[in-house]
Parts: sequence; structure tokens; C-alpha cells
Amino acid sequence: MITTSGLTKVYESRGRQVTALDGVDLHVREGEVYGVIGQSGAGKSSLIRCVNLLERPTSGTVTVDGVDLTALAGNGRRAGKDLRRARSSIGMVFQHFNLLSSRTVKDNIELPLEILGVSGAERSRRALELLDLVGLADKAKAYPGQLSGGQKQRVGIARALAGEPKVLLSDEATSALDPETTRSILQLLRDLNRQLGLTVLLITHEMDVVKTICDSAALMQKGRIVESGTVGELLATPGSQLAAELFPVSGAPTGPDRTVLDVTFHGEAATQPVISQLSRTYNIDISILGAAMDTVGGKQIGRMRIELPGRYEENVVPVGFLREQGLQVDVVDEETASDAAPVLVKEGAK
Amino acid sequence: MTWSEMQPLLEQGTVDTLYMVLWATLVTILGGLPLGILLVLTDKGGLLQNTVVNKVVGVVVNIGRSLPFIILLIALIPFTTFVVGTFIGPTAMIVPLAIGAIPFFARLVETAVREVDHGLVEAVQSMGGSVPTIIRKVLLPQALPSLVSGVTTTVIVLIGYSAMAGAVGGEGLGSKAITYGYQRFDTQFMLVTVVVLIGIVTVVQLIGDLAVRLLARRGRTA
Repeated sequence: MITTSGLTKVYESRGRQVTALDGVDLHVREGEVYGVIGQSGAGKSSLIRCVNLLERPTSGTVTVDGVDLTALAGNGRRAGKDLRRARSSIGMVFQHFNLLSSRTVKDNIELPLEILGVSGAERSRRALELLDLVGLADKAKAYPGQLSGGQKQRVGIARALAGEPKVLLSDEATSALDPETTRSILQLLRDLNRQLGLTVLLITHEMDVVKTICDSAALMQKGRIVESGTVGELLATPGSQLAAELFPVSGAPTGPDRTVLDVTFHGEAATQPVISQLSRTYNIDISILGAAMDTVGGKQIGRMRIELPGRYEENVVPVGFLREQGLQVDVVDEETASDAAPVLVKEGAK
Repeated sequence: MTWSEMQPLLEQGTVDTLYMVLWATLVTILGGLPLGILLVLTDKGGLLQNTVVNKVVGVVVNIGRSLPFIILLIALIPFTTFVVGTFIGPTAMIVPLAIGAIPFFARLVETAVREVDHGLVEAVQSMGGSVPTIIRKVLLPQALPSLVSGVTTTVIVLIGYSAMAGAVGGEGLGSKAITYGYQRFDTQFMLVTVVVLIGIVTVVQLIGDLAVRLLARRGRTA
């Protein structure tokens, strides 16, 4: 649905060149929620702005819904008619909402429809429909200044959806909100993704956002995508930083002569009570030291750190059993077991 | 001069002053608003970035602002005569008044429009809005309270200019004050004229402030 290839953006300020994007290849499938995570200054904002060409990439191409936007861009800074039309089918929500304080909530939502040339009665009907969809049916006549942050973002989302886009870009949409409001906004995005088949590309510096709603994720560092894939693919990648952050496990062995295993559930195998099967089949006691698991659509995704009695040499057969079940098993050394998970993404963008 | 002698002079003066200022304000808005917006749009990083246009307009505006109004008034006599047919009387004065105030108002417009959050512009761009759309739907409505306050300031400056215009064949309170108050040494009449001018300025400021408050209130609380 969204494909960027070789996307590069170089800013020039006072004769010095700053590379914000350094050959970014991104592929977002139709109907998925794709999260790009990274620290401030990693290039996330430049990336999402290049997707609808609010920023003109220095080189590379952007294709959205089969249309090569970079080819539509033309020369000069002004967006031509074709690019403007293409943009109107890409919704965008912003960290600071960017609602017009001089218009009521309903008029804010009607704005994109005015630009599309929709008639007054139709605009009004659609705006009320959208307000209902985001749960603010009673706020039509209010001004943005009278709303809370979460309500403003709901208006922002309704406005972004007014043009019936297939793609929604979310630029740190929840970063200015408190945790509870963040959850409700993410839930709304998830619902819209499912109900409308909306493809969502979001950028964030919060791992929780990715954890909560993303089907796929990419990690950005210094203008490059260093890891990307579906959550299952990331889990299956040995040494994946994103997987370690999404499903952190820790826990030290309870004593000497124990085997500590990290078991990764990719979501390929349907849910089976593997651990209790293991325990019964081989008649061994298993301790769970730590786990980060999720069950999505009847499939288990996540990681679990378990401990078996005896050294590894004595546990070759049970480990083989786990691998046969389609699970990825890594043996944890005693030294690494006690180490805390590495800090990948620090808090504090803006 | 007795009060009954003063009254018709003051009435005629006030009517002429208001007539000149009102029309000059209208022309100033028509001329200054596009200029101010142009200054913002053509500036570096603006939607229509154009260094040449920006510099030229900037220099013209600065020259317009540096000229003392009284000099402008005299320098414009041929132009005023060309436009109105005469350079004397309230209608003729509208020309130099507006030309003097346009650069001033353009700068006020520039400041007001520049203060509009760039995020809003970006949001409308992301909806596929064109530059005219952005001007009409974002920049002007969002800057409206500041623009109204700029108009108020401009009207008051124009009242001041109009008094000066009295020296070069204009009409209005300024002309009356010069003719009767200054040249005939009638201090009392001079004082009364000043009081009337203060009254007019105060009323204009009050109306302007009220309008700004009403407009700004929409955005904030209920």
C-alpha cells in the first residue's frame, strides 16, 4: 500500500548538510498497522512527511496505493493539482492535533470536504457521521479550545478520515496524551483499521504504541531502517532488538545446575499447552522465570524464560521436544541471564 | 469664540475626519492585506518562497514607512490630482492617507499572519489544500483577532495623519484646529478640538478591543 525505495532526505542549514533519511526502503501492506519507532532525531518525522510529500525527498520514490507520488511532485515548492488530489486520499493526524481554533469541531471536520468540493448538506451529514464514529457526537458545536487532548485527537482522526482515505499517517498522534488517553486513541485507531480496512502508518518513540496496535514494525536509527517485519518475523529473528523490547524477558536461574531456556512463540503454531505437555511427557518440574506473551487470533506470540532442573546435557531431549513443536529455543548463559534487557528506545521525544 | 460658533465647525470637522479616515482605512486594508500576506508567503521557507519579490516588496514597504507623512502628502500632490482631479478637500486626502498607511498596515498583517501555527498550514496541505485555500481557510481566519487589532491601530494612525492633512488643504478636525486654533490663537478652540480627537480615538480603540475579545473568545473557553 505504501512503498518507499531509496528514500533520502538531506537538509542544508548554514552550508552544512544533515542527512535525515539515508536510503529508506519501507513496505506497508494493505490493511495493516505499521509502526516506525526510533529516538528523537532518528528521521521518523522526515519519513512520514516524505510519504505525503509535505517534505520533498532529495532522492528516492514514494508509492501510495499504486501512485508514484514523487513523479506527481513536479518542480518548485508548490504542490501541483495531481499531488494535491493524491494527498486528499491520505489522511494524517498530528501530535499537536493542528485543529483550527477559529472553527467549531464540526467545521474542522468539514474542512477537507470543502477542499474536495463536497456540497454543504453532504459535508454536514458526513461530519456528523464521523463525529459519531469517533464518539464525539455531542461536541459538534464546541470549539477545539473547549476539548481535552484526547477529544482533540479524536477530532483530528475524524478530520483525517473525512476524505475517505485508504491510508492514515499518524505523526506521534499519542505523544502529547496521558497513558490512559493514549490507550483509548490507540484502540480507536485499531477499530478503524479493522472496520474500514484502513492502512495505518504511524511513527512513535513509545514502544507501548507498537506493542498495543502494530502488526508490523520498523526500527529507525540515524536515518536508516535497521530492522523491520511483522511482529512474528521480528520474534523469529535471532538477536532482534525490537523483539527484545516488545517481549522483554529476564530472570536469573534459581540455583546451580539448572538449564535456562528462552522459548519464542512465533505465532505459527496454534495454541497448545506446550509447557504442561513437556512437564508431563518427561516428568520434569518447570519453573517460569519470566514471560511476555500475547494471544492474538488464537495464536501465541511472545517469549518465555523457563528453567529446567539439571545441566543442559541432561535436557537435550526436552529441548528437542520444544523445537519439534515449532518453537524457537535459545539456551541462556548464566552471565547473560542476570543482565537486564538493553535499553533500546529512551523516553523523551519533545 | 463662543460654543455656538464652535459647534458647526466641530461638527463639520468631525464628519470630514471620519469620512477621510473611513475611506482611507478601506483602501488601506485592500492594499495592505495582500502585501502583508505576500511578505509572509514569499519569505524564506514560505509557501511561495521568492527572494526577489520578498526583497522588492520589503524595500518598498520600508521606504513607504520611513517617509514622514507630511513629505509624502506634498510629494503625492501630482498623483492625487491625477486620481481625484484635485488635491484639496477630504476626498483628495484619501489618496495620501491610504498610501501612507498601506506599508504600515502591511507590516502589521505580516506579523499577524506569521504567528499562525505552521502545523495548521501543514494539516491543510496534507488534505490537499492549495495556497489560495490555505490563505482563505487557515491564515486569514486564524489571524483574524490580530488583524482586527491591526486595523484598530491603523485607524488611529490615520486619524493622526488626517489631522496633519489639514495643513495641506485637507478638511477635518486637524484643518479646523490649524485654521482657528493655531492661526487665530484661539487656545480654547484648539483644546476642544483635541478633546474631540481624543474622544474619537478612545471610541475606536474600545470598539476594536471589544471585537478582538469577541473573536478570541471562540478559540478558548465557553
